[in-house]
Amino acid sequence: MAIAFTLNGKPTTVDVPPEMPLLWVLRDELDLKGTKFGCGRSFCGACTVHVDGEPQRSCRMAVSRARGREITTIEGLSEDGAHPVQAAWQEIDVPQCGYCQAGQIMSASALLASNPQPTDSDIDEAMSGNICRCATYTRIRAAIHRAADLAQAPPTSHETATGGSEA
Amino acid sequence: MTGADKAGNLSRRGFLHVTALAGGGMLLGARFPLNGARGAAAATADAEATLNAFIRLTPDGTATIMAQNPEIGQGVKTMLPMLIAEELDIPWRQVRVEQADFDATKYRGQMAGGSMATPMHYESMRRVGAAARAMLVAAAAKEWKTRPEKCTAGAGVVRFRNKSLSYGELASAAAEVEPPNPRTVPLKDPKDFQIIGQAIPGVDNPKIVTGKPLFGIDVSVPGMKYAVFEKCRVHGGKVRSANLDAVKASPGVTDAFVVEPTGSAAPSPSIFQVGLPNGIAIVGDSWWLVNEARSKLEVTWDEGPTASQSTAAFDRQAEELSKQAPEQDLGNDGDAAGALASAAKTLEAAYRYPFLAHAPLEPQNTTAHFHDGELEMWAPIQTPQFARGDLAKALGIPEDGITIHLTRMGGGFGRRLYWDYMLEAALIARQAEVPVKLVWTREDDTRFDYFRPGGYHFLQGGLDDSGNLVAWRDHFVSFGEGPRFAPSAEMARNEFPQAFVPNFALQASKMPLGIPTGALRAPTSNAISFVVQSFIDELAAEAGKDPLQFRLDLLDAAAPGTRTSFDAGRMKAVLELVRDKSGWGKVDLPEGTGQGVAFHFSHRGYFAEVVQAAVSREGELGVEKIWIAGDVGRQLVNPSNAVNQVQGAALDGLGQALDQEITFEGGRTNESNFHNFKLLRIDQAPPVEVHFVISDNQPTGLGEPALPPVPPALCNAIFSVTGKRIRSLPISRHDLSWA
Repeated sequence: MAIAFTLNGKPTTVDVPPEMPLLWVLRDELDLKGTKFGCGRSFCGACTVHVDGEPQRSCRMAVSRARGREITTIEGLSEDGAHPVQAAWQEIDVPQCGYCQAGQIMSASALLASNPQPTDSDIDEAMSGNICRCATYTRIRAAIHRAADLAQAPPTSHETATGGSEA
Repeated sequence: MTGADKAGNLSRRGFLHVTALAGGGMLLGARFPLNGARGAAAATADAEATLNAFIRLTPDGTATIMAQNPEIGQGVKTMLPMLIAEELDIPWRQVRVEQADFDATKYRGQMAGGSMATPMHYESMRRVGAAARAMLVAAAAKEWKTRPEKCTAGAGVVRFRNKSLSYGELASAAAEVEPPNPRTVPLKDPKDFQIIGQAIPGVDNPKIVTGKPLFGIDVSVPGMKYAVFEKCRVHGGKVRSANLDAVKASPGVTDAFVVEPTGSAAPSPSIFQVGLPNGIAIVGDSWWLVNEARSKLEVTWDEGPTASQSTAAFDRQAEELSKQAPEQDLGNDGDAAGALASAAKTLEAAYRYPFLAHAPLEPQNTTAHFHDGELEMWAPIQTPQFARGDLAKALGIPEDGITIHLTRMGGGFGRRLYWDYMLEAALIARQAEVPVKLVWTREDDTRFDYFRPGGYHFLQGGLDDSGNLVAWRDHFVSFGEGPRFAPSAEMARNEFPQAFVPNFALQASKMPLGIPTGALRAPTSNAISFVVQSFIDELAAEAGKDPLQFRLDLLDAAAPGTRTSFDAGRMKAVLELVRDKSGWGKVDLPEGTGQGVAFHFSHRGYFAEVVQAAVSREGELGVEKIWIAGDVGRQLVNPSNAVNQVQGAALDGLGQALDQEITFEGGRTNESNFHNFKLLRIDQAPPVEVHFVISDNQPTGLGEPALPPVPPALCNAIFSVTGKRIRSLPISRHDLSWA
């Protein structure tokens, strides 16, 4: 059955079983490998995407529930990695293995969209569904604060500030 | 391009241009000995070593540097090329890094494990870069008809008087220069380092933050099918029969079959042992559909002897063994029994730690293509060389018929020292006669691990009437059979406090184990540090001494000339530094808050750590801060990654101590996913303050040694608040309430 939704700004139609999780549609049907499989049960957050701007675990979301909605994956967060969260992640050198970081970045960018200057406890609350097995949590906190600053910077000052308009 | 071209050089450069387009350019390898830990003998024996690193220079001056080791998150894909680039003397912005495939004809020591990359390669990788730089200088000198000693090189340019040529311009001429002996090629004075010692972000960060395919699980090859593999839940069990026809009729399934290889089961020549797989493969067009089809499987299993093993039975058996004479002596100094009998004070305590899973976030996977008698694989593997040898035996094909492409790994922690999933994928691909990507579920990953083995220590300690430690006896009840311990279930006979206590006895008894065990980040140390550093704390309290000062005094106690397993002076230095940084004994902590300390030597690294924790009267625990002082020698290659590794290792240890345990019933693993095997989350992660002592010693690795002190330091902090000793992990099993 054909299911249509908007993926990273583009109209997309897939013909798959409606109960297939969005994660596997993204990875194996649409060849977008950035969204990761970690647990399959919404425990780890590696599969986090935005559905109409809200962070969602794609491993437990049937693709039928994506019908008519706007899906954003890590590949669509910015054109060139210039979203303030992506820029801050590189500047702070957050990743170790890197496997969870797409999910972390999707959760962090959703947090900043609703709360542009989060405190540490706001961060802990919003990010506690995303496991980092390498435990880069110290830098994840620092990078979210840095991204908040980058997003607030005057738009003329730096390339990354342009990407910040989304947040 | 600049510089004076002569006709001859133009034609060479034309050639270079063509080869550069084909991915070529100047290809440089260097022969060099293993250095450091292996010593001079290996250097001599290594005279016939083949290429072990590549540098490609293109005319635009870009150096492509091959990263030879597997990247599991330890930062080696950035670190090893930094070492090469430093001595090549090229700006880091002109460096491109590529992951090398496994290739024993070109590279040595392509392995991720034991925090070994820095000690093994710190000098040898620099020599690769220095040899290349010498060839570029020689090429320039020839061009200018002068001697190489008259030229200088730096920042990607060779200079002589007012002339200069860039590395890109010199590349093709340099490729024709006889490589110098890398063993004697001069290395930079560390004060001239431009790259080593700089905080350089991970080379894959741009791809990671934009979601580009990098990991084994992201691999896709033409014509590929997906596979899952169902094994007996009882470790070591085998398939008797299964309803394969019903499964084959499921949507998306193209094939289902039993995998029961009969190839050689000879033990691997390495310390890592992997058994032959047995189970049922389901193959099809979509991973999700083939995994859904698993629910239709009805299998009759031969569960085998391990079905009688359980955590409860291990606990009972260990208790019984503790009351019997130990099976073997591992080490004896002085007269522990006599000294305990005559000690002014004695203490006894029984410690226990659980089995643990590795739980890397990327589930195990491999893509395999078997064609024309050869096998091509894309695999997240820490030990490609051992894996290939074992695959060749299991499949009955020559090793050089197996190609392994190394992928970035979504964590290792020791799990991917074992190649069981590669064997499964290879056997499935051969039988399916198509390229196959095998992906495990989280449940597969949690249940079928090479677990950190649990263990039991029955300790006695004796103090003299001045409160000095005079006797130590440990009856270690572990797993294994005959003289052999199960993998990673052993204990070094010189483990601290051996050599620091005049009367010392380490004894062991073993229980048979049918469950696979293996190395987890800081193997053996991650468990033994908890036992030793907790019991030391108990003895300090019994002696009425400050636990940190008690440790400093103990580090002074080695008799002159005694052979100790580590340098006590280096350990004292980190202990004193962490004392000062944490405000140990000086800061006024509120009621309900306390600090605990521990130190541990492992993987050549010296680490002392203080944990500050708050425990409410109701027993609610909050870890407030961790201070760390470490000594890994005279040079941090990449300080950004160094701090990241240490913070991550410490929080890894915290997660283990707080709430991790793998248990067994009927030979099956009880835990299955992150709801019952709990990894640390951000709201449990305290700040971790990291300090290094820069000592005049060889640089050593950082992937592991910061982990072991955390569990005991935390338990000791809990004691300082509650008066309760935590003698078994995880802490979540204990009532911490206090009045």
